[in-house]
Amino acid sequence: MSGKPKLTYFNGRGRMESVRWLLAAAGVEFEEVFLETREQYLKLIQDGDLLFDQVPLVDIDGMKMVQTRAILSYIAGKHNLYGKDLKERALYIDTYVEGTMDLMQMILTLPFSLPEAKEKNLPLIIEKAKNRYFPAYEKVLKQHCQGFLVGNQLSWADVHLLEAILMVEEKDPTVLSEFPLLQGFKTRISNMPTIKKFLQPGSQRKPQPDDKYVATVMKILKEAMYYSI
Amino acid sequence: MSVKAKLHYFNGRGRMETIRWLLAVAGVEFEEYFFETREELIKLQQSGVLLFQQVPLVEIDGMNMVQTRAILNYIAAKHNLYGKHLKERALIDMYVEATMDLNDLVMCHPMQPPEGREKNLALIVDKATNRYFPAYEKVILKDHGQDYLVGNQFSRADVQVPETILMMEEMKPDILAKFPLLQGFKARISNNPTIKKFLQPGSQRKSEIEEKMIPQVMKIF
Repeated sequence: MSGKPKLTYFNGRGRMESVRWLLAAAGVEFEEVFLETREQYLKLIQDGDLLFDQVPLVDIDGMKMVQTRAILSYIAGKHNLYGKDLKERALYIDTYVEGTMDLMQMILTLPFSLPEAKEKNLPLIIEKAKNRYFPAYEKVLKQHCQGFLVGNQLSWADVHLLEAILMVEEKDPTVLSEFPLLQGFKTRISNMPTIKKFLQPGSQRKPQPDDKYVATVMKILKEAMYYSI
Repeated sequence: MSVKAKLHYFNGRGRMETIRWLLAVAGVEFEEYFFETREELIKLQQSGVLLFQQVPLVEIDGMNMVQTRAILNYIAAKHNLYGKHLKERALIDMYVEATMDLNDLVMCHPMQPPEGREKNLALIVDKATNRYFPAYEKVILKDHGQDYLVGNQFSRADVQVPETILMMEEMKPDILAKFPLLQGFKARISNNPTIKKFLQPGSQRKSEIEEKMIPQVMKIF
């Protein structure tokens, strides 16, 4: 056994992408098992591997972990990416990642909405990014003045925000035009060695979802998307 | 005893209810400010205390905290309700994240159009009885003999799972019929002194939202 964490998910971003980012940022090598058929998924359930019949599933340190936030919190805690005390963890990091999670959730569910909803929702997402989320993080960077969102070292919040920025920029490349500090943040964090490596072609970072990905997920899960992803 | 926390929300469960439960169980006294109009929420947004312009907002220990999970994590960690070490915390997180998924479905239920309600209710009940409750039943079975879900010690999981069970029982009173261990767990936990107190009439626990209140609440948000 390699001892590396093993990730089980569809071959695409979804809810697992933030886990890939965080492991990569922490410099932790990981293996991946991709769900391609419904049979594979049903077998996982039969074998009792999925506590709530859902993926992501991360096999790590002898635990079969499910629930994205539980997984991310564990990795952050284990790899010194969760701040130095309770206040940094709760008041700052937890609060900031909840915001980026809300933003990324909107983007991740977009491919699974009906075409008319997709057209309506994308501008709303960009609007929320520009008017609610990015102003908040710009202000944090302005007040905190350390180059990181929290404390004076890289944390889960920084990795998560970079992931969110890049995801929104894929939809609207000009989205950071009013946010100079976020632009600087993006450059700086992207240049940190482990993250730079993850951003290069050939890494385990996944591309934007396409129709084939959506079809695979829907075939495997066979139920209302909102409730299962 | 002086009040230790101030909660800003509308006068109902929503995303604040789990916070009320956890504060009550931790023995933290709290005051509540209820929005009744959209203008009150806007005023709070303009004051700059809401990082993402959203509530819940909890003033606690000199901080203005937003984001439900951040608030819950803080209360749990501060009051020794988050396990003894990282792996216990991971288990607790897994269990409570699932309760929050189920709570979200319940919370959004009144917002469904009347024609969709019956189907939505069936979906929620199906998820509870086929996905979530079997998992917790198995957890209790595995650790049979222990009173608590994780690490043989009272934690936020032992608050959030019963909270969700009670909410589901309001939707379907016999929902625990096939889960004898969960029934036992619920009965035991309900006798915990701070939980027992919170379950009594007159506590700050909120009731199910009334149909006629829904338009008013939606106007605020």
